Amino acid sequence: MNTSITRHTLAVLVDNEAGVLSRVARLFSGKGYNIESLAVGTTHDPAVSRITIEVITDERQARLICNQLRKLICVHSVKRLSSERAIRRELVLIKVSAPTHEVRNEVIQIANIFRSSIIDVSTGTITLAVIGDDSKAEAIQNLLSEFGILELVRTGTVALERGQYTIDEQTKEKGEFDYGKNVL
Amino acid sequence: MQMTGAAILMECLMEQGVDTVFGYPGGTIINVYDALLDYPGIRHILTAHEQGACHAADGYARATGQVGVCFATSGPGATNLVTGIATAYMDSSPIVCITCNVRLPLLGKDSFQEVDITGVTMPITKCNYLVRSVEDLANTVREAFAIARSGRPGPVLIDIPRDVTQAVGEYAPLTRAEHGKKGHLAQLMKRSSQNFKAPEPDYQDIDRLAEMIRQSEKPLLICGGGVVRSRANWEFEELANRMDAPVGITVMGAGGFRGLHRLATGLVGMHGSQASNMAVDACDLLIAVGCRFSDRVALKPSSFARGAKIVQIDIDRSEINKNVDTDHHIIGDARRVLQLLNERLEQQDHAAWKDYVFSFKTQTEYEPAADRMTPVQILDVIARNAPRDAIYATDVGQHQMWAIQHLHFEYSGQLVTSGGFGTMGFGLGAAIGAQVGNPDKVVILITGDGSFRMNCNELATAEHYDLPIVTVIFNNGALGMVRQWQTLTCGGRHSQTTLDRGPDFVKLAEAYGLTGRRVTNAEDFEAALKTALTSGHATVIDCAINIDEMVRPMVGGGSDITDFMVN
Repeated sequence: MNTSITRHTLAVLVDNEAGVLSRVARLFSGKGYNIESLAVGTTHDPAVSRITIEVITDERQARLICNQLRKLICVHSVKRLSSERAIRRELVLIKVSAPTHEVRNEVIQIANIFRSSIIDVSTGTITLAVIGDDSKAEAIQNLLSEFGILELVRTGTVALERGQYTIDEQTKEKGEFDYGKNVL
Repeated sequence: MQMTGAAILMECLMEQGVDTVFGYPGGTIINVYDALLDYPGIRHILTAHEQGACHAADGYARATGQVGVCFATSGPGATNLVTGIATAYMDSSPIVCITCNVRLPLLGKDSFQEVDITGVTMPITKCNYLVRSVEDLANTVREAFAIARSGRPGPVLIDIPRDVTQAVGEYAPLTRAEHGKKGHLAQLMKRSSQNFKAPEPDYQDIDRLAEMIRQSEKPLLICGGGVVRSRANWEFEELANRMDAPVGITVMGAGGFRGLHRLATGLVGMHGSQASNMAVDACDLLIAVGCRFSDRVALKPSSFARGAKIVQIDIDRSEINKNVDTDHHIIGDARRVLQLLNERLEQQDHAAWKDYVFSFKTQTEYEPAADRMTPVQILDVIARNAPRDAIYATDVGQHQMWAIQHLHFEYSGQLVTSGGFGTMGFGLGAAIGAQVGNPDKVVILITGDGSFRMNCNELATAEHYDLPIVTVIFNNGALGMVRQWQTLTCGGRHSQTTLDRGPDFVKLAEAYGLTGRRVTNAEDFEAALKTALTSGHATVIDCAINIDEMVRPMVGGGSDITDFMVN
């Protein structure tokens, strides 16, 4: 079994109810894992929320966490999204110090290169919104740091599988669905 | 039909066939206790402490196989259940705890006797609920019972604010068979990850296991708690006979396989017999049924059954490969898997392998001493005098290991013990639950002086309900198991493990209106036990044993399974 420590992205469909997030998060804290990123929101079905969790661990623990998540009554389904087969996006808002005309121009140029949008400008600051995966966010963060980042906020990664497959059980591939046998 | 939340709760308990509830009243649960008066079909056992009620519900569940139910009030009443719930959770015992909380407008305001008990018990329940509306109450109770008993059983907690028990709502009776067809529970039943219906094992997996068994020359079976929970004694014994394989038994598996069967090698793991542990080390195929390879069994996962293909049969997917890496596994209820396996397997013969395994001792021999009683002497007297179907409850420590090593259990539910959580103080409450659930059987509590002191207040319960529990205290004047560890691993520095103090257990029993006896030799003990068994009332027998008596053999935690510290 692969024992290297890597980033694992889990998509979890849960009941949209009070206390569900703490039930899910508890599974990680109880085992001493730090959640790298967490994003929660409702889905097209208002009774169902989707949680995207990124955790850095080895293959064995990732499988264990998935199986334990599936045991929770509030969890509808769990899917591990491999980086090759999933689209991962994150929204980052960055407020940069831009006291002069020249700095503002430079920041705007960088923003354009990264196809990020400028959502607020004041006399001393510019606020950008960047959408991308974590490498893009890191790249722009590095570039902007020389101007002075005043504030930065990330939504956490959300992810969807590419192609026709969805997280719902009906359309899942047999191998993934029958996790008790083939995946383990 | 319109009725109060408290009455709806009672109706729902009746739907489930609940006839016994253990509990302790309080301010917020007052409406529930009021409704209880109108339901004479539900017998309430008032314990001395909520923890005792929770252990009693647990003991009831383990001994009868039914869901145990307990009531407690908000705040301290609810938190007193926590140890009991964790005990049930670790040993997969189905209980439903019903607590009441402060009124909805007072929630979250640090009101008198308020605690977020659903938050507190989140890690130790299969699921828990805060019922915010009387309309949700009936379905929540139905769901809670279904969850507690299905798949891998476990505790569920329902917290009901006081005003919900008071509010009037519509109650539509629904028979238990209909519960899974309506509402949220019907949706849950459709989800594959929830084992509401025991998953049908994969036939190919079973064929493969049958083939592995045919090819094995040195197979070993492990009987775990899953065999007991699914009451699969007959199927397990059939498989053992067909495989002609030795059987190691875990603490939780005790009772799942007859201890005196010719293939039984005794306990396996930290206090496992030489035969069991040597068999684990030498086997080429290890089949664990309903066993999670706890650190007390597997000890050192990397060297556990080092030469063997390991096969795990479990109803809970998340147990597979959790503690020990396995080569093959089957998901399903132990009974069903074993049935299917037996259908496919022809008689095997492993005479040479059995000769090897049974050349090692299956039991520890303790030297009899003239001047004092040994634990084995006490247990021999019990085994000779108690009926074969007597139920044994234990606390936790040396007496527990001695009892499991030397009493041979014959059926599932005959032993009620806290295996996973190791809860000292579990025994008396559990014995009360077991006795209430089995009024016609003899219930014997085997305990130690340390454990018994913790929750001996429940003697008042045994006295009041006239439960003829025979309590046998292995009194060595010490916290024996910790003392043993200190002797072996701390260079004999005994820190805070000597109980050179009261109480006088004879006087204590008398204070509760019961008979107490103190004995120092086997003859006196036998006489006292005979009297106790025929008296029809609870009796406490305080047996003096040596402070330095050890549980043998013993393998240190994290060591190779054959690396015996003491033999």
